[in-house]
Amino acid sequence: MRESRTLRWVRGIILTLLAIFTALPLYVMVSSSVKPLQDVQGTFTWLPEHVTIRPFIDMWHTVPLGRYFVNSLIVSLSATVCSVAIAILTGYAVSRYRFPGRGSFMTVVLSTQMFPGILFLLPLFLIFVNIDRYTGVQLYGSRLGLIITYLTFALPFSIWLIAGYFDTIPRELDEAARVDGAGPMRTLFRVLLPVAAPGIVAVAIYAFMTAWGEVLFASVLTDESTRTLAVGLRGYANQAQVYWNQVMAASLVISLPVVVGFLALQRFLVHGLTAGAVKS
Amino acid sequence: MSRTATSAGDARTSVPGVPPRDRPRRRHTGRKLLPYVLLLPALVAELAIHVIPMLVGAWMSLLHLTQFFIRNWTAAPYGGLSNYRVAFDLNGPVGKELVHSFLVTVAVTALVVSCAWLFGITAAVLLERPFRGRSFLRTFFLIPYALPIFTAVITWRFMFQRDTGMVNAVLSDKLHLTHGHPFWLIGDNGFVALVVIGIWRMWPFAFLTLMAGLQSIPTDLHEAAAIDGAGFLRRLRSVTLPLLRPVNRVLLLVLFLWTFNDFNTAYILFDLPPASADVISIHIYNASFITWNFGLGSAMSVLLLLLLLVVTLAYLGTGRLRRRYA
Repeated sequence: MRESRTLRWVRGIILTLLAIFTALPLYVMVSSSVKPLQDVQGTFTWLPEHVTIRPFIDMWHTVPLGRYFVNSLIVSLSATVCSVAIAILTGYAVSRYRFPGRGSFMTVVLSTQMFPGILFLLPLFLIFVNIDRYTGVQLYGSRLGLIITYLTFALPFSIWLIAGYFDTIPRELDEAARVDGAGPMRTLFRVLLPVAAPGIVAVAIYAFMTAWGEVLFASVLTDESTRTLAVGLRGYANQAQVYWNQVMAASLVISLPVVVGFLALQRFLVHGLTAGAVKS
Repeated sequence: MSRTATSAGDARTSVPGVPPRDRPRRRHTGRKLLPYVLLLPALVAELAIHVIPMLVGAWMSLLHLTQFFIRNWTAAPYGGLSNYRVAFDLNGPVGKELVHSFLVTVAVTALVVSCAWLFGITAAVLLERPFRGRSFLRTFFLIPYALPIFTAVITWRFMFQRDTGMVNAVLSDKLHLTHGHPFWLIGDNGFVALVVIGIWRMWPFAFLTLMAGLQSIPTDLHEAAAIDGAGFLRRLRSVTLPLLRPVNRVLLLVLFLWTFNDFNTAYILFDLPPASADVISIHIYNASFITWNFGLGSAMSVLLLLLLLVVTLAYLGTGRLRRRYA
C-alpha cells in the first residue's frame, strides 16, 4: 500500500495545525514563566526579551504556595494509596470470583462516574458540617475529609483497570499457587500483584492525577490552612495586580511531575483502555 | 479479617469459579463470603461519599434549606415540591436563568463533543501508519489530557486577557481579524473561550481512545479492501468507521457526560462567568453558595441528574435496538 503524495501533504498540514493548537498554551506557559513582570504586563511577545528566573523564586511569597503544595501532596498521596489498595482487593474479587451481585456492583460503581459532582457536593458539605457538630470529628475544612472524598473519585476507573489487568493473567498461575498451598490472599499478594505491578503503577498515577487536579470539592471542603493548589492557584488570578509570570511559573512547577509521570506510563494506561474497549 | 484468614486456610484445594462438590458446610460459606469481604471497603466508600449524599441531596431538595439551617438542617421546614416549582417557573427569574444556563450547556457540549471527536479521529487515522515523528506526536498530543486542569485553564485565562494576552496579539495585531482588542472573558465571547478550551482539553482523550480502538482492527481487513481497489477515504468509510462503532458509542457518552458536568473550566476561567458562559454546574454552584439556598440548589441538581439519566438510558437503549434490528 503506497501512500499517495497528496495524502502525505494533507497529513502533514493537518497534523501541524493540531500540534500548534496543542502546543500554544504549553509554549505560553513556559515562555512567560521566565519573563520579568513588566514584560507580561505589556503587549504579548513571543520571545522573552529578558530571561529571568525571578518568578520561580517570587512565586513562593505572593501566595502561600508552599503550604498549598504540602496540602496537595499529602491529600493526593494518601488518596492514591488508599484507593489503589481498595481497588486491588475489589479488582481481585471481580476478576477471580463469580458471585451473586457482581454485575450490579460493577454497574453501581461505574455509574457513580456519571453523577454530576455538584449533586453530592451540597449534601456532603452539610454531612461534614453536621458530623463535626455532633461528633467533633473534623471533616469539613480538614485534609481527612478531602482524602476520603478523593479516594472514591478514582475508585471506579481504578477497579475497572485493575480487574482488566488481573483478567489478562492466566488462571494457571493461581492454580499453581493453590496447589503449593497458598490461600486466596497469599495468591493475590505473592502471585498476582508482582505480575500486575506495571498496571498498578499506571492506576496509581491515574488516581494521583485525579486528586491533584480536583477543583470543585477542594473549593468548598477546604479552609485557608488546608487549601490545595487547585484552589490556591486561582488566588493569584483574583488579586488586584496579577503576577502572570509567577502564575505561569507556578503552573509549570505544578504540572511537570504529573505530566512526566503520565507520559512515562501512558503505554500502560493505553493498554488498560484497549483491554476495556475490547471487553465491552 | 478472621473470616478471610479461615477461608485462606480452607480454600487450599478450591479453584475459584469452580463450584465445590463434597465439602463441609463451614468451608463452603467461608469461601462464598470472601468476595464480599474483599468488596466491603469499596462498597463502604462508595456508599459514604456517593450514594448516601445523593439520597440526602434528594431529601434536601424538598426542604426550605436556607442559610439559617446549615448547621441544623433537620430543623429546616419541609416544603414539598416548592423548590421544583420555583426551578420550573419559566416566568420567574430563577427558572428563566436555569433554562438559559441549560441551553448554554447544551450548545457548549454539542460543539465540544463533536469537534473533540472530529479532531481525535482525524489524528488517530493519520497516525495509524508509520512515518517519521509519529511516536513523538502520539505522546505529544496527550499532554493536554495529562496536564492538571487548573494549570491548563489558568494559562488559557492569561492567553485570553484583553491587553496582555496572546489571543488578541495574534488575532488583532498580527492578522487584523478583529476590531481593536475584544474582551474574551467578559460578555458574549466568554462562550467562545469556553468552547475552545473544552475542545483543547477533550480531544486528546478522544484521540487516545480511538487510537486504542484502531489497534484492535485487524490489518488484513485494510489490505483486503486495498486489493479490491478501495482508496483511503473508501476504506475509512467502509472498514474503519463501522468497526469503531462500539468504541465510539462509549467514547461519545463519556465525552458528553464530562463536558456537560464540567465545572472546572468555567470556575477557573472567570471570576463570575458571563451569561454567555454560565454552564449548568457552575450556575447551580453559584445559586447555592452565593444565596446559601441549598434546598433550591439540590432541586436543580436532582433535575440535572434525572436529565442525564434519561439521556444516557435513551442513548444506550437506541444502541441496543439498532443492534437487534440490524
